[in-house]
Amino acid sequence: MCGIVGLFLKDQSLAPQLGNMLTDMLITMTDRGPDSAGIAIYGEESGGKTKVTLQSPNPKDDFAGLAEELGQHLGVAVSQTDNDTHTVLDIPAGQFEAARAALAEIRPSVRIMSRGEMLEIYKEVGLPKDVAARFDISSMSGTHGIGHTRMATESAVTTMGAHPFNTGPDQCLVHNGSLSNHNSLRRKLRREGVVIQTENDTEVGAAYLTWKMMNGATLGEALESSLEDLDGFFTFVVGTKDGFGVVRDPIACKPAVMAETDQYVAFGSEYRALVNLPGIEDARIWEPEPATVYFWSHNDSPTTTEKAA
Amino acid sequence: MQTYDLEANGLRGLNATLQSQSTETNQTSWEVVNPKGSHAIAVGLDAPIEVTVKGSTGYYCAGMNQQATVKVEGSVGPGVAENMMSGQVIVDGDASQYAGATGHGGLLVIKGNASSRCGISMKGIDIVVHGNIGHMSAFMAQAGNLVVCGDAGDALGDSLYEARLFVRGSVKSLGADCVEKEMRPEHLEILKDLLDRAGADASPEEFKRYGSARQLYNFDIDNSAAY
Repeated sequence: MCGIVGLFLKDQSLAPQLGNMLTDMLITMTDRGPDSAGIAIYGEESGGKTKVTLQSPNPKDDFAGLAEELGQHLGVAVSQTDNDTHTVLDIPAGQFEAARAALAEIRPSVRIMSRGEMLEIYKEVGLPKDVAARFDISSMSGTHGIGHTRMATESAVTTMGAHPFNTGPDQCLVHNGSLSNHNSLRRKLRREGVVIQTENDTEVGAAYLTWKMMNGATLGEALESSLEDLDGFFTFVVGTKDGFGVVRDPIACKPAVMAETDQYVAFGSEYRALVNLPGIEDARIWEPEPATVYFWSHNDSPTTTEKAA
Repeated sequence: MQTYDLEANGLRGLNATLQSQSTETNQTSWEVVNPKGSHAIAVGLDAPIEVTVKGSTGYYCAGMNQQATVKVEGSVGPGVAENMMSGQVIVDGDASQYAGATGHGGLLVIKGNASSRCGISMKGIDIVVHGNIGHMSAFMAQAGNLVVCGDAGDALGDSLYEARLFVRGSVKSLGADCVEKEMRPEHLEILKDLLDRAGADASPEEFKRYGSARQLYNFDIDNSAAY
């Protein structure tokens, strides 16, 4: 099954409550998938720096003195904010690829969860309430965020198999469904040089979007072509720096409900996830159409990526 | 009027209470408050009682209904009135996928829109949708009537058996073996009765009728190359 929630704020006075609202929505979806849970949160911009969220099975050893060591390696200033099994590094813009190479050398067991100016991804095996509590998600503020609770069907229950998946700078993807052509597509994408770390089907979906965009497609075009190239069932929710989008496969058997008010746009696998949102009684509520790309952006003059979506 | 607070008293209590009403009950009128999108509200009822749900529901509301009238003052999730045998289910808002699936009898009224697979495999139920319906509706529908006052999505009536489909608006595409058929006086009569009972403000003459071309009933040796 899997459960997805998403919240995009139009009214920024709600920003301090974003983590709290998303956590509540995600916990409501627990019985759609209790295996693992994750949240992508778009917080404050890091002032031209790149945030890199890392995860480690041994945070105590791996995170000790990490910023300093990495900074020396790169010859730049790096800072870190630890949060349980995750830490968020602030590195100067343009240093991500160098940092990735350096990390592979100095901390080989550390995994990169996300990168971007605003995006942080936190995910672990366990119930949504436990995962949200260990990272204190409910105290986080932000402009928009996406959550996922997983019932695994296509690959093992591991941290790396949990959603959301980072697809590019400030981009992420969550998925409800199962892709049936992920093995052949994974082989094809690996031949093209795309890094795919697990046997998970959704990671292939995420890598596919990344690859499309690397080759000049906009996010909207990448999502449109996913309707042709991905075989299987999916409701995808994607996050970008300025907004979030929704697309369902043409069969659309995986559930989806959306609500919009003057204050927010919200997504839930079920209406239950939305019932505690402010003003839900008067919200416009609808089911997204199959094979249709929806997108909302904070940006008054959206980039070509967002416009196309 | 009996009032049941679903949030305070739980789902099992609600369904056990409603299911234990006999045909001779004096408690004929029930109100369910705080549904908050919960699943399986008012399922398996078998008494001529009237249940009003004050808000939107999740999956399988009023499933397997017999005799009862269930009214939802909100929208419903997937599988409303699934396998209904008799009685009535009336939804003020929209319905998610497979509304009225496999229903054997009774009347399902959706005052908003219904999404995909409305009336899939229906076996005698009557469904009246005031708005539009989504793709693959009435797939393998065997008996009963599906009335759509708005438009129908792709592949309407695919692999249809003997259910009658009436659509007032456009049909995006017809499924395999579904064809438009002549509207005869007896169909107008059936339609008028259903529209009246569903409180739909539409005239039977505005509808078109669709049904099975009956080409998929039996194996046809001329089609063997297609398999």
